[in-house]
This record gives sequence, structure tokens and C-alpha cells, in this order.
Amino acid sequence: MNLGAEIWQAVTVCVAAVFTQNILLAYFLGLCPFIGVSREVKTAFGLGLAVIFVMTATTLLNWLAYRYVLQPLGLEFFRFILFIVIIAAFVQFVEMAIERFSPFLYQQLGVFLPLITVNCAILGASLFMVIRDYSFIVTIGYGLGSGIGWFLAIMAMAGIRQRLANERIPAGLQGPGITLIIAGLMALAFIGFTGVLQGR
Amino acid sequence: MIASTLIAVLVVSLIAGALAAVLVVAEYYLANYGPCKITVNDEKELTVQGGKDLLGLLTAEKLFIPSACGGRATCGLCKVKVLEGAGPILPTEEPYLDKEERESNTRLACQVKVRRDVRIVIPKELLAIREYTCCCAKIVDLTHDMKLFRLELTDPATIDYIPGQYVQLRTPPYGKNRSEVYRAYSIASDPAEKGIVELIIRLVPGGICTTYCFEHLKEGDEVRFNGPYGDFRLSESPSPIVFIAGGSGMAPIKCMLHHMKNTTNPRNAVYFFGANAVKELCLTDLMRQFESELAGFRFVPVVASTQDRPEWDGETGLVTEAVQRGLTNASEHEAYLCGSPGMIDACIKVLTGLGMPETSIFYDKFA
Repeated sequence: MNLGAEIWQAVTVCVAAVFTQNILLAYFLGLCPFIGVSREVKTAFGLGLAVIFVMTATTLLNWLAYRYVLQPLGLEFFRFILFIVIIAAFVQFVEMAIERFSPFLYQQLGVFLPLITVNCAILGASLFMVIRDYSFIVTIGYGLGSGIGWFLAIMAMAGIRQRLANERIPAGLQGPGITLIIAGLMALAFIGFTGVLQGR
Repeated sequence: MIASTLIAVLVVSLIAGALAAVLVVAEYYLANYGPCKITVNDEKELTVQGGKDLLGLLTAEKLFIPSACGGRATCGLCKVKVLEGAGPILPTEEPYLDKEERESNTRLACQVKVRRDVRIVIPKELLAIREYTCCCAKIVDLTHDMKLFRLELTDPATIDYIPGQYVQLRTPPYGKNRSEVYRAYSIASDPAEKGIVELIIRLVPGGICTTYCFEHLKEGDEVRFNGPYGDFRLSESPSPIVFIAGGSGMAPIKCMLHHMKNTTNPRNAVYFFGANAVKELCLTDLMRQFESELAGFRFVPVVASTQDRPEWDGETGLVTEAVQRGLTNASEHEAYLCGSPGMIDACIKVLTGLGMPETSIFYDKFA
């Protein structure tokens, strides 16, 4: 495959990961922070940015580890353990570095890093990347797209929840209950994007 | 097969080990903020290794701040005032802090990293929570099913608490009950007696702790409790007070009355004590004494049935009925209730019906 075609594929995969294959709304991964930290748009924004960054970076690191360490040794089955270890170490390292060198960035982004170390969406993206046999360049598109997709979903949810704050919601549905129902409705709406791509 | 397994384990361990080594080195160079000082309430100074979160550091120093989520900024319980050295409020904290808290520098201890010297204020009652060992000095029969237990503190020898607070009494394993059990009882004693805690306990048929106290606990036995807990307490307002409590609900009220006497509190107060029968009234002499020592205090025992003492000439009926009859301009009063959930709900209904705003009603419900 030549470079041009690969870049084009990366863009397609990226767009698909944002809309039709949204990791949150199509695969329902990364739900705990999605429910827990979507009460305010401002917080959701910071968390979403952190997810974009971590997802892109860790899918690339994990691609390298898979391609150059696990595959040559025939240890593909160890990917679950290795991926999670790499993600955890990377996040912790980045958090320490940001905290030391840029208090501003830490304030905006760094505080969210520990919250997403064990986010299943991050691990999920790395595993999908392996299952689907993406090349390095396509993986860039996929990691970025998945992150942006998650970001969009939590921003939309936070926006809805801020409006919902003053509404009268039945007692039994307050909090996570209504949030999950809304997530379901959003997932339905995102399914609509599948038609857009197929109808092309 | 064995060789490949060994290689697999070795490779993964090597990678994990290498990553861990990188982190250890990074932590040494990046997250090392040197020794930092935490000044607590301007009284106590703790020297800690900087770079960690305040909640964890305080816990390591045996200062227990309540936290349910374990430091992930999802419960919002670990609030502490940080006067200096915390930096700006983080976005993870914002959902849990209201305007007033932000202005008073209240922060979530689990999110504040200690990177320089900090000055914090912890509510005194949190500092005071700990385990106390004491000796059961005296057991007094109050009625056929209520006793007063007078505990002399041995370790530590004194306790500071706010009148209205409760302690968790430990019941050691006995009989069929194989594990230790804790039950909450309000402190009934005079807060001026710092070495004493009195508890008023009513026998609950089949209750683990009350059965222990009534049938096994003897004078001279060692007793343990932890505390003090709770935010049931007198407000600073000067408005007149209505106390409503029957049975062992008298405990926190008795403590508050001692405190009012000690501080010569000039607030007017009336105490409606509800009982099913005359024989259930207790500590009446003490209450009459309070009436003579506290200028604005009135004790109103209310008895539902006078069959056992037909000559009773006080209030009769339900305590709520007596309140309805006896309380004028309820809207200006503050009410302090202690008792079973049913009794408290009934009282709140009557009081709000008389025009008292719900914000003026404080209560301690027996769970």
C-alpha cells in the first residue's frame, strides 16, 4: 500500500471512529468517567482532552510494543497485560512531568490523568487496533478518532446534563439512571450516522 | 513448551520492570518536592514528604478525614480548608464546592497535592474522633427499661465534644454474638465533666448492644467507644427553643441543658417529654433543678395514659397534642427533636403546621 492510500485510510478510520464506530456510544466503553464526570461542561472538556491525548499516545505505544516485541516473540496473547502496564506507566509518567513543568497544563488536563488510567475505552482502543490489523499510520487516525469521539460524546452529555439540572426528574431516575437513558438515546442518534456513510 | 512459557514470563517481567524503573527514576527527579510542612489549625505542625495528595498524607499522620471514594474526587466528602499553599481550585473539585466554600478556601483533600508548605483548618470535631477506653463507674436504673451508664475515661483521660453529639459504643463478643458490634448513643453528661461520658440506654428486646449493657455489663468493667460524631447541636441563634424527646431521647437534651446552664445561656426553652405512663418518667428531679437554675426553662412531662397513677395532674395525651396546646408563636422558635423516626416525623408535621419553618427544626433520629 502506498503512503497516500494509507493516509486516506487513516482519515476514513478516524471519521468512522468519531461517528459510526464511536467507542463510547457504539461500544459503550469508558462509561464510568462518562457518567461520573459529565456533570459540568468545563470538567467534561478537560477530561475529554485528556482522553484524546492518552488514547492517541497509548495506541501508538502499544502498536510499537505489539509489532516489535510481542509479534516477533509469538507472545500476542500477552497483549492484555502488556497494554495495561504500558498505559498505566505512560499516564503516570506524563502526569508527573506535566505537574512539574507546567502548572497551567496540569490544572487544565493533568488532574484528569489518574481518572483515566484504568479507563476501559483506552485499553479497548488498543485491542481493536490489534484485532483490525491497522498499520502504524492508520493507528494514528484510529487513536485520534476514538479520542475525539469520546470527547464529543461526553461534551454532549455534559451539555444535556447541565440543562437537566433544573428539570423535575422522577426521584428513582435521578443521577446515573437518567444519564444512562440519555446515553442510550444518544447512541441511537449516532447510529443514524451509519446511514450517512453507507448512503454515499 | 516450558521454554516458551519461561520466555513469555521473562519478557513481560522485563518490560514491566523497565517501565517501573523509569517511573521510580522519574518520581525521584520529577515528583520530589522535598520535605513540606503541614500546619493544622495553627496548632500542630507535621513534616511530610511533598508530592503526594493531602488526604493520603493526613491519613498517614493518623488524622482521619472522612472519604468514601478513596481519593478519586467522586464522593466530595474529604473537604478541608486550605488557607495557604494549595494553588487554584482544580476542575475535578469544582462540582463539589459551592460559592461559599470556594470563598472560604475549602478544598477536596484528595485532590490537593502538597508541593510546598501548607496551612489547613480541620473541623475540631474531626480532630477529636478517636477510640476511648473507659471504666463503667456506675449504672443507675432510670425506669423499668432504661438505665444510665456513667463511664469514667481512662485512655485518653478527657474528651471534647459538642453537646448533642453521639459516640459509638463497642459491644464485645458475648454469648451467641461472636463479633464486636458498635451502636450509637448520644452523650448525656455534663460537658464540664471532661473525664466522664454518660449514656442513657433503653432496653431493646433482642438488641445485641442493649442486652449486653443490661445483662452483662457490670460496674468496674472496661468499656470502649469511639467518637464523638454528629452535627445535632444548638444553634447560635437567640430564638426560644422547643425540645421534644421521650425515653432515651432525653440524652442529648440533658447534655444541652447542662451546657446552657454552664454558659448561662439566656435563651428561653421548653422541654416536652413524652411518656406512655407515669412510671416511664425519669430524671424529673434534675429537670426541676434545671428549671430553678435556668431562668427561661420549663419542663413539661406529657403522659399518654395515667392508669398507673390516676392522681397525675400534669399534661396528658400524646406529646404532639401537648405541643399543639402549649406552644404559641411557633414560627419564632427553634425545635430540637430526638427520638424514633415515627415520633420525629409526627412532630415535624405538627410544628410546620403551627407555622415553624423547616429550617428551624433540628433533629437526631434513632436509626
